[in-house]
Amino acid sequence: MRVRTHRTVSPWLFLLPGLAITLAFNLYPFLSTAYKAFTDARTLTAGSWVGLENFRQLLSDELFWVALRNSLLYVALVVPFTVLLPLLLALLVEQRIPGVAFFRSAFYTPVVASVVVVGLIWSWMLDDRGLVNSLLVTLGADRVNFLGDQWLLLFSAMALTVWKGLGYYMIIYLAALGNVPRELHEAAAVDGAGPVRRFVSVTVPAVRSTMVLVGALSSVAAFKVFSEVYLLAGPDGGPAGADTTLVMLVQRVGTGLGGRVGYASAISLVIFAIALALMLLVLRADRKEDAP
Amino acid sequence: MKRMSRRERILRYALLLLVLVITIGPFLWQLSTSLKSPAEDVYSDPPRLLPGDPTLENYSGVAEIIPVWDYALNSLKVAAANVVTNCVGASLAGYALARLRFRGRKIAGLLFVMALLVPLESIIIAQFTTMQQLELNNTLVAVVLPGAVGALNVLLMRNAFQALPYELEEAAVIDGANVWQRFLRIGLPAVRGTLAVVAIFAFMTAWDDFLWPLIVLSDSENFTLTVGLNFLHGTFQNDPRLVAAGTVIAVAPLIVMFACLQRYFFRGVGEGAVKG
Repeated sequence: MRVRTHRTVSPWLFLLPGLAITLAFNLYPFLSTAYKAFTDARTLTAGSWVGLENFRQLLSDELFWVALRNSLLYVALVVPFTVLLPLLLALLVEQRIPGVAFFRSAFYTPVVASVVVVGLIWSWMLDDRGLVNSLLVTLGADRVNFLGDQWLLLFSAMALTVWKGLGYYMIIYLAALGNVPRELHEAAAVDGAGPVRRFVSVTVPAVRSTMVLVGALSSVAAFKVFSEVYLLAGPDGGPAGADTTLVMLVQRVGTGLGGRVGYASAISLVIFAIALALMLLVLRADRKEDAP
Repeated sequence: MKRMSRRERILRYALLLLVLVITIGPFLWQLSTSLKSPAEDVYSDPPRLLPGDPTLENYSGVAEIIPVWDYALNSLKVAAANVVTNCVGASLAGYALARLRFRGRKIAGLLFVMALLVPLESIIIAQFTTMQQLELNNTLVAVVLPGAVGALNVLLMRNAFQALPYELEEAAVIDGANVWQRFLRIGLPAVRGTLAVVAIFAFMTAWDDFLWPLIVLSDSENFTLTVGLNFLHGTFQNDPRLVAAGTVIAVAPLIVMFACLQRYFFRGVGEGAVKG
């Protein structure tokens, strides 16, 4: 670097606000979570060291297993759709045909809206007497109790997550598709490859690393799901709490004046570990494939 | 490029319209519900897509049940504060990391990267107890503080400053400008595009945030709009018109902002996803 080195303290003055916030509200809370997971701390009491007791309790906590299953199921069922559908959507809006800019923006709208807003919109649409059921009845079908059944409710929340993410991942794919040489497509078309064939053997290999990126981003996001399920199922997590996710469990167990901070910290550590593992797993899959 | 056949063109537009109905339809349905008068049946089969007798009654009605305008003001304060702290904090730190040489620079950069790896949801209880200790719980300050200078924003600004040619600053160094002058007069104006992206995403995340304000705010008079709407949903679900009016109030400002500043929204997605 050619710009002169500075003798004053100013570099640290520049860093002060950012570093102070990051240390105080990101890194310190992380260390404190890692410590408190081994204590019986509550919101108003510091608690004392209990070793692995919290984790032992986790193993026999039925709700923890329900929440873990729901969060993992969320990843397994949401991610294939968030990887594939936005790619198809990006291919649809990639061509410069009249009006396409309008469609791109319109498809992005759910991303801009708060998850609370779209959660409330969906819970009204999926209501017993809401739009979707009213359309079903009009078409001669039976009403479906989307928000009353444990599984339908969870699937509805997943659909909401996929729907809300469509535009976001579409934009990521659009940037990647811009770098795919058009000649590849044209050559394949000349060779007589149909649209499906061209998609599988030209588009997918060309944007594979972007698909991995989207996979990593969306699996971590899906694993940490809170709002969609909370809004559709309510604070208690649906019928008998059967739709509780891990983050919902943390929120319920650890907050309020009697919050079991130690126990919630143990669950938080589990969330951290699995989120990190998911990210590394997906990114490693990419590196392996990229190796010559 | 090969010209699109007529059939392909029709098929494309049909698909585009289908996706348009799926993505925008729910918002329009909500808008329509919010404009229906109490006398109109919102549960009819088949559904009535347009309000028979459009009225703004529900917008004043929702304000009688929850102080929706106060909540909107709280959200606005939080979002505005988040924009200011992020723009100032991230550009200062980003500039130091990219342009100044000093001992500990690598470690400082690494700290921001590490912060990025910690999912917010896994430290939210610790943030809550930290706020408890600072006696800030149930204040808007507590809502803003944890995200006041996002690590991702710091790294975005660092990348933007790094991309500037050094010649730009060398002339100023020769002219005797000090580091603050170079930052303010040369660095910042050159990265205003990225700064706009940071500002817009800071506004949007703060305005839309739910989990953290839900945890840290307990007194209903301090609620932000998202927490207030959740409360409205829980207690007065029986009148979808009122909930609809509330959600329209919450989403309208962002849709207007998005319509005006699309370019930056799209740019932000690319930079945030790829470089983050």
